[in-house]
Amino acid sequence: MEFKDYYKVMGVARDATEAQVKQAYRKLARKYHPDVSKEKDAEARFKELGEAYEVLKTPEKRAAYDQLGPSPRPGENFRPPPDWGSGFEFSGPGDGGGDRDYSEFFESLFGGAAGAARGGRRGFDPGRGEPGRAPDHHAKVILDLEATLQGGSRTFTLRVPEIDAEGHLISKERVLNVQIPKGILPGQTIRLAGQGANTGSGAAGDLYIEVDFQPHPLYRPDGRDLYLELPVAPWEAALGASVKTPTPAGVVDLKIPIGSHAGTKMRLKGRGIPAAPAGDLYVVLQIALPPANDEKAKAAYRAMADALPFNPRAHLGVLP
Amino acid sequence: MRSAQNALTGEIFEEYAVLSVDELSRLCAVERTYIVELVEEGVLQVAAVEAEQWRFAGTALRRARMALRLQRDLEINLPGVALALELIEELDAMRRELQSVRR
Repeated sequence: MEFKDYYKVMGVARDATEAQVKQAYRKLARKYHPDVSKEKDAEARFKELGEAYEVLKTPEKRAAYDQLGPSPRPGENFRPPPDWGSGFEFSGPGDGGGDRDYSEFFESLFGGAAGAARGGRRGFDPGRGEPGRAPDHHAKVILDLEATLQGGSRTFTLRVPEIDAEGHLISKERVLNVQIPKGILPGQTIRLAGQGANTGSGAAGDLYIEVDFQPHPLYRPDGRDLYLELPVAPWEAALGASVKTPTPAGVVDLKIPIGSHAGTKMRLKGRGIPAAPAGDLYVVLQIALPPANDEKAKAAYRAMADALPFNPRAHLGVLP
Repeated sequence: MRSAQNALTGEIFEEYAVLSVDELSRLCAVERTYIVELVEEGVLQVAAVEAEQWRFAGTALRRARMALRLQRDLEINLPGVALALELIEELDAMRRELQSVRR
């Protein structure tokens, strides 16, 4: 198993004071909190940070951890020493909020999350709920945009916390095949009744899956509307044209009005995300210039320059 | 590959859910008073009052859970959570706007 250098994770020296550890945690937590951060690996970093802080803020755990010495030979397989933990007192990883999932390294040193200390913070009450009913589970998944446009089923692998026979909190993989409701929007939740925790007695909890979308190569969603950048040739914009345009429901002929310019926005009503009511598709025009890479093309540009008394910088107050 | 066979079917929670304080507190695994505090701080909005009971829209679940996570993980107080949520929303809106200007 991989040795975790908690001091490195938190960016503090091995002799950092409690106050310095706390300060470092706060700063990094704000940076990597998955609700705040847009960094790709925010969730993993935040988890690692929480684990490091859990050890370094608790004097007994930190003392025990320090006993291992600085990072042993890099790349070498780490095993806790046989006399590990003697003379220190700790039970369970503490008030981690109840739903943390710790690394194998952490669990080999401090055990699983089972135990009385789970979720001890103010306002949290994990033990509550309907008597005899197992807890709900919450998860987040990233969908392709087609899933909401067309519906259909998708398969996810979720990590589910579970208490094993010895009372350790372990995380198990669970593969789910879910029918995606057509028209679901980012930030909305699919509720799957009875798919949460199942304690074997009483009713099972529910599973709540919050969805978000992957970026799509063509369409950019904004609420239930979609935006599509559509390149047109200068003459199509100037003279008007009918051009083929992709939409989620298939290719359509779109009429480009005479005298269109870059940024002209056209609305195709009801062609957005098929929520209730359906969103619209906004087509935003881009003017694409043909390259002047041969004599014929250059001549065409020269002819245009001769024919058109055009100063694109007139509004800047300079002569052509 | 994308067959609907044996797929679990669920509903879009936000489209039908109307939540009482008790339901919301159960779904967030917090005490009732915490939900009341979130309302008093302006983090959650009461959508309707029925028979003197508060009713929340389904969207309140995500917001309440986000508030909880921020409070727990960043050790900030409720006014701080309220401010953070507002700023996060503003930032999201600006990011979307920026994306549409950039392209």
